[in-house]
Amino acid sequence: MSEIKKEIKIPPIKEGIAIDHIPKNHALKVAQILSLGKEEGMVTVGMNLVSPKMKSKDVLKIEGRDLSDSELNKISIIAPDATVSFIKDYKVEEKIKVQLPKKVENIVKCNNPRCITRHQDVSTRFHVVNKKPLKLRCHYCEKNLLGDEIELI
Amino acid sequence: MLRKKKKENSSKFRFKSKDIVSINDLSREEIIHVLEAAARLEKQNRLSINRTLFKGRVLATLFFEVSTRTRLSFESAFERLGGKVIGFADPGVSSTKKGESLKDTVNTVEQYADIIAMRHPLDGAARLAADSTRIPVINGGDGANQHPTQTLLDLYTIKKSQDHITNLKIALVGDLKYGRTVHSLATALSLFKCRLYLVSPPQLKMPEDYLKLLDERGIDYSEHEKVEEIIEVADVLYVTRIQRERFADPIEYEKVKGVYVIKKDMLKHAKPSLAIMHPLPRVNEISTDVDNTKHAIYFQQAANGIPVRQAIMALVLGLIK
Ligand SMILES: [Zn+2]
Repeated sequence: MSEIKKEIKIPPIKEGIAIDHIPKNHALKVAQILSLGKEEGMVTVGMNLVSPKMKSKDVLKIEGRDLSDSELNKISIIAPDATVSFIKDYKVEEKIKVQLPKKVENIVKCNNPRCITRHQDVSTRFHVVNKKPLKLRCHYCEKNLLGDEIELI
Repeated sequence: MLRKKKKENSSKFRFKSKDIVSINDLSREEIIHVLEAAARLEKQNRLSINRTLFKGRVLATLFFEVSTRTRLSFESAFERLGGKVIGFADPGVSSTKKGESLKDTVNTVEQYADIIAMRHPLDGAARLAADSTRIPVINGGDGANQHPTQTLLDLYTIKKSQDHITNLKIALVGDLKYGRTVHSLATALSLFKCRLYLVSPPQLKMPEDYLKLLDERGIDYSEHEKVEEIIEVADVLYVTRIQRERFADPIEYEKVKGVYVIKKDMLKHAKPSLAIMHPLPRVNEISTDVDNTKHAIYFQQAANGIPVRQAIMALVLGLIK
């Protein structure tokens, strides 16, 4: 049961990105963040793959696509352990681990209905209180968000 | 983009140009520094020294929500030391009614004033205002979130009546679930290693988040349903209002409302130095027969708002160190 054997199930790509170590059942959320399915080439979604590190994980491969910093930040919110490989000519040129930004700006919605960010045209902003499990504090109303309360914009 | 403020590094504390939005923005040392500055100003006020500290300065009081008590305290604090006050007391008279954004309002006001004191019905409004302007913003209450000058004047009152804050036995009584005042006070007291008694009806207990904070800071606390259980040991009894609106069932309200009324005959075995506080306005949480006892300090507490707000405004304006 090697990882290589599993990787083979997902066709290799010539140029693009591979996002690995996405938590189980979160690949489609990541795809949603990246608004996939519009202009890119082939998109391969692998769900519930067995990985020695995470037991079960999701993988996403996208041909002809790059990632912006803001997209990487968004991915880090829902897939904090994800790694991103940048592929050229079937080879991994660079591999990075996503990192939670210190300040989460305009990525997450505040769930407090009385928060100023829900009433005026202002970007949301959160401070990372805890990484695992992820706990965010609204810069404005100071309410904490945990787990399912963390909703992307 | 939100503008960044220039911070100065002239003394140990960097109060100049600082916004006072949340009690969480202040360290234990900074809180003590504010309280000491307030004590100096109170003494000067009594001796009529330095009556022109705010001369040539303009305070804008922006009250997007009516709170006459808080607004008058800010205005009196500023005017008594020679400052001028502009502003509005009711959102109906301001341009916000016409849909102007908070950011635009403060960007306009900063052209006319040196400092802003504001109150707003929404949580986080004061932070947004503070981030949007170069002049210091003092939060006079933002929705259910923060009211730091109230917390500082509460701490000042405690210190004045008991000579110190550290290690006191403090009982918070009433609505501990929704009460913004007791949340901020408990947070601040946790910096002073106080022993806390949390007295409330079971429906209005202190939220888990705050209990967790007390745990993290190693604070000894206990939860109670009856004031009688703690009245003999407490140094301070901080009483808040229990509002009828907080109860879905009016019968529940009727059941608990009388339980948390402080009456004179309950104080027979209290410590002689016990101080009873209340953020005011009171409805019936403290019976009027307590008013004439040496324990009642809630009117002094309101008066303490003057030197405390003067100290905060003088510090952030850089007029005192
Ligand atoms: Zn918020």
